[in-house]
Amino acid sequence: MGIIGSGILTGLGVTLRHFVETYIEDFKYMGKKAGVQPRMLRRQSPKAHGIVTVEYPMEKLPVPENFRYIPFLVKDDKTNEDRCTSCGICAKVCPPQCIWIARTEDPVTKRPVPAPKDFFIDSTICMNCGYCAEFCPFDAIKMNTDYEIAYYPETENDMRLVYDKNRLTMNESFHWNIHPSVKAAELEAKAADEAKAKAAAEAAAKKAAADAAKKVALAAAPVVPDAPVASVAPTPAAGGAAMAARAAAAARAAAAAKK
Amino acid sequence: MSEVTATPAKPAAKPAAPAAHGAAKPVAAAKMTPEMSAIAAKFGGAVEAAQYEGLLVTDHSKFIEIATYVRDVLKYNQLTNNTATDYIKDGVIEVVNQFTRVPQGGAPLTLKLRVPRPSGNDKTQPVPSLCPLYPGAEFQERETYDMYGVVFEGHPDLRRILMWEGFNGWPLRKDWKEAYYEGDTKPFESRWPGGDHKLAEERVPWEDNVNYPPGFDPFAFKPHPDGDIYDSMLAPSDGTVSIDNGHGVAPTLIEGLNASEMAELKTDEIIVNMGPQHPSTHGVLRMVVKLDGEKVTDLKLALGYLHRNHEKIGERNTWLHNIPYTDRLDYITGIYNEWGYVLGVERMMGLKTTDRVEYLRVITGELTRLASHFWAIGFLLNDLGAFFTPALYFITERDLIIDLLEAVTGSRMMCNYMRFGGVSRDFTSAQWAMARELAFERLPRTIDELDHFLTENEILKARSIGTGYMSADRCIAHSLTGPCLRAAGIGYDVRRADPYGYYDRFDFNIPVLYNGDVYDRYLVRVQEMRESLKIIQQALNQAETQSKVGDIQGGKKAYNHRVPAGQCYARVETPKGELGYYLVSDGNQNPYKYHIRSCSYINLNSMKEMAVGQKVADSVVILGSLDIVLGEVDR
Amino acid sequence: MATQTTNIPDELKNDPRVPEDLNNNIFITTLDKIYNWGRKRSMWPLLFGLACCAIEMICTAASRHDLSRFGWELMRASPRQADLMIVSGTVTKKMIPQIVRLYNQMPEPRYVVAMGSCATSGGPFKEGYNVVSGIDKFIPVDVYIPGCPPRPEALLHSFVKLQEKIEKQSIRTVRWYTTGKTDNGMLVPYLGPDLVDLRRADEIKQKTAL
Ligand code: SF4
Repeated sequence: MGIIGSGILTGLGVTLRHFVETYIEDFKYMGKKAGVQPRMLRRQSPKAHGIVTVEYPMEKLPVPENFRYIPFLVKDDKTNEDRCTSCGICAKVCPPQCIWIARTEDPVTKRPVPAPKDFFIDSTICMNCGYCAEFCPFDAIKMNTDYEIAYYPETENDMRLVYDKNRLTMNESFHWNIHPSVKAAELEAKAADEAKAKAAAEAAAKKAAADAAKKVALAAAPVVPDAPVASVAPTPAAGGAAMAARAAAAARAAAAAKK
Repeated sequence: MSEVTATPAKPAAKPAAPAAHGAAKPVAAAKMTPEMSAIAAKFGGAVEAAQYEGLLVTDHSKFIEIATYVRDVLKYNQLTNNTATDYIKDGVIEVVNQFTRVPQGGAPLTLKLRVPRPSGNDKTQPVPSLCPLYPGAEFQERETYDMYGVVFEGHPDLRRILMWEGFNGWPLRKDWKEAYYEGDTKPFESRWPGGDHKLAEERVPWEDNVNYPPGFDPFAFKPHPDGDIYDSMLAPSDGTVSIDNGHGVAPTLIEGLNASEMAELKTDEIIVNMGPQHPSTHGVLRMVVKLDGEKVTDLKLALGYLHRNHEKIGERNTWLHNIPYTDRLDYITGIYNEWGYVLGVERMMGLKTTDRVEYLRVITGELTRLASHFWAIGFLLNDLGAFFTPALYFITERDLIIDLLEAVTGSRMMCNYMRFGGVSRDFTSAQWAMARELAFERLPRTIDELDHFLTENEILKARSIGTGYMSADRCIAHSLTGPCLRAAGIGYDVRRADPYGYYDRFDFNIPVLYNGDVYDRYLVRVQEMRESLKIIQQALNQAETQSKVGDIQGGKKAYNHRVPAGQCYARVETPKGELGYYLVSDGNQNPYKYHIRSCSYINLNSMKEMAVGQKVADSVVILGSLDIVLGEVDR
Repeated sequence: MATQTTNIPDELKNDPRVPEDLNNNIFITTLDKIYNWGRKRSMWPLLFGLACCAIEMICTAASRHDLSRFGWELMRASPRQADLMIVSGTVTKKMIPQIVRLYNQMPEPRYVVAMGSCATSGGPFKEGYNVVSGIDKFIPVDVYIPGCPPRPEALLHSFVKLQEKIEKQSIRTVRWYTTGKTDNGMLVPYLGPDLVDLRRADEIKQKTAL
């Protein structure tokens, strides 16, 4: 131990250094504009010296792409349909159980149709864990990065915090905007899926045709293949192929869920 | 330094399929370890192999004798974990005690007791309390009493601890249902496919999260007096401090007065309540101190102001659901909490991880350790009176670590990073570069600065040297773990004592100091930060050569895990101490029993002994040096 | 100055009440505006953390986000000097009597921000037996922030919102200046076999009658 008081002086020295460093850093970049990283990025990185404040409403630190807040549903831009097939996996993996999904039913056959009729997320229960986005097999639900959702109720019984399907649904472009790095991967996967679906559809069609031909040749019996119509019919539109792929994937997911 | 004496605890349970629901029949009897055989040989008729793991003590009257033997002959000198399990099908409540050897470590020894399940809200038959042998049992047994209504005979102060006195029911019993009860297990039926949003309030008769027993009259009812705790402390004392904790019991002498003059100078004892809203109780802790002048003569803690029913919710969740909940235990070290839980489930399921996963776990885990120690030291200094300047500097550093974790995992504190057999995301190259920058440039510099800034500070030294002393023996007896135990000269660290992860691949030390006071706890933390940095640096280097980028999931990724029936006690060394998860599975998608051995909670057990005899201002410092987080204390 | 001010109106130009040399130096603003302007920029929060969200609140008060820029200055450890209560975390039944008491001890005007899912409705722990489903069951909340936990920026955003709300208030209508509407605070619930909300005592008695 040195002289009494030296410890305190050293401490004060550190404080002083922090103070000075803050300003030195500012002086270094005075007048420079071009080619310099925005101030708060530069000043909040591990390389920065001194202490500096982000002046929040005026400047904002960018949120990382992975950042998760309240989920949203992705709508396909082209077909204007939800990617969601209402398979219910997100509702199952949600730890606080804040997702409610109503499945659409075919009005005639009463069989479920792979699209949600309604979709609720209670944002007052949501714990922003991101499981729904992670386990969704269709990339249909994603985590929003918008954190500026504080509000004050203007009417009584203001239920703004319970997000319904309308409020949840966002365009694909919005999703790609906030998650730029997944765009390429998603497009690729989609193209691959479509190609696969197309190939499958073609194969199925060929097989059905061959079967039919064989059967016709054998017994001339009326053959109505029970295979899904969509896969027999030639599907020229990419949207149709995508639909087929989705239906197939939905069936897969449902099977997985049953397991 | 502690030695590695045993291999990682292997789950004794075999995947016994098909599982008996609710464990109606013993599924797999425990494997006998040499220690267990020794007990069985000595106490023949009184014990038998328990279900899954450990020994079942059938003759309760022999229990204390057996525990004494376990402590004195077998040298299991610390009671790690005490809890209970409600086997409703068998009609029993099983009390579980787990003992460990400190500092040698190794697999814990389990002793169980069974009592018949009483009907309704009755308490159980008494079982012997371990408090006389292991003072560390005090809070744990109170919790077991609070949650299951198990009565411990010989406990000095058996009151409810997390809930309040007078609460209706024993919440963790399987047949006790809360107001918002919707189903035994998640996922709930009402969510899909016919989900229609309904607030929980709209579902229940009281339209709120409450339930009253029939016949309850709010006008006639007298709430349990809050002042009870004061009254119990006001019991006349002879002015001496009965606990011998090394501070001595001599009354403070005022300079210039001799002893007889001192005796005439009588001060009244006063009782001071601190908290639950108090700036220096680190959240919502409440402490009641009895003062003789400035000196603390008695201290009682009132907990439970943040009791969020983690364990009850955990038993309803699926295995996967629990991971993000563990983040909210000790919210400063989210990742480490997940690790403990995931480790337990992986052991039960026999899942394999990959190299990459293990390295990423070490890197993120040690980063949270650094963040946590920054926080702890900053706020210790706050408690010492250095209002906010050190804390601000360290929050700045912590923010950088948090930034990295956020970029990788997606959230600043509630990372939800671990998966069974894997982690959720890999680092991108930019994130990896930032991690390297932090580990090799920024943080070493900061820690040096911290050391320079504080360690030799005279005020810090004057306030903390000799404050809150506790001897090594008492620390062990009180089940203290973490930096506080290591500051008392015991090199017990789960990373070495019961190894997990890839810690055996790194070269690092377990810092040990010998004075057992607040200053040494601070120094141990500083040294631990340096060791953590060493680990991170090695892990970053090794991961680059010895693991494959993107290989972040061992086995198949799934969300509906079924864990084979069995029991597991998994523990990790969090920055605060030994965090353990006691898990029992009955082969279903949900844990049958989910208990957290919370280090913050159990460390508080020794608070009284540390503070008695010290000045009241020091009690705040002692609390700061224990470094508790209320989320984990109350769960 | 951020308040909207107007130059002295013409009809006041020749008003004998205004000294001549001040003719060009007087600004007129509504009392409301100046009052709200002063108030919204000197809101001192109560130092009071409950759970995980409190850590983010501390981070907001630290140097990176620096709460004081908003004039929210120091966190006060005593309710007597506080204008704002940030309920930062899970409200448990065991804690709610104390929170209501703290709220009652704060002088008016007082504001409450419910930070995070837990304070808003119980959040992920809503189903828990010791958790209150939202602080607004017991005390009036001005601004809600969903999120678990909200980022520091989200907390700052709630301050912006609160300022917005204050701006809309008028001295004439706010409760604490209108006679006959003194607020005696909220009834403090007590802990019986479960949390007893005294406002519902009659109902409870009826329903539990054997
Ligand atoms: S909202 Fe989330 S972060 Fe905030 S207190 Fe609740 S659990 Fe913790």
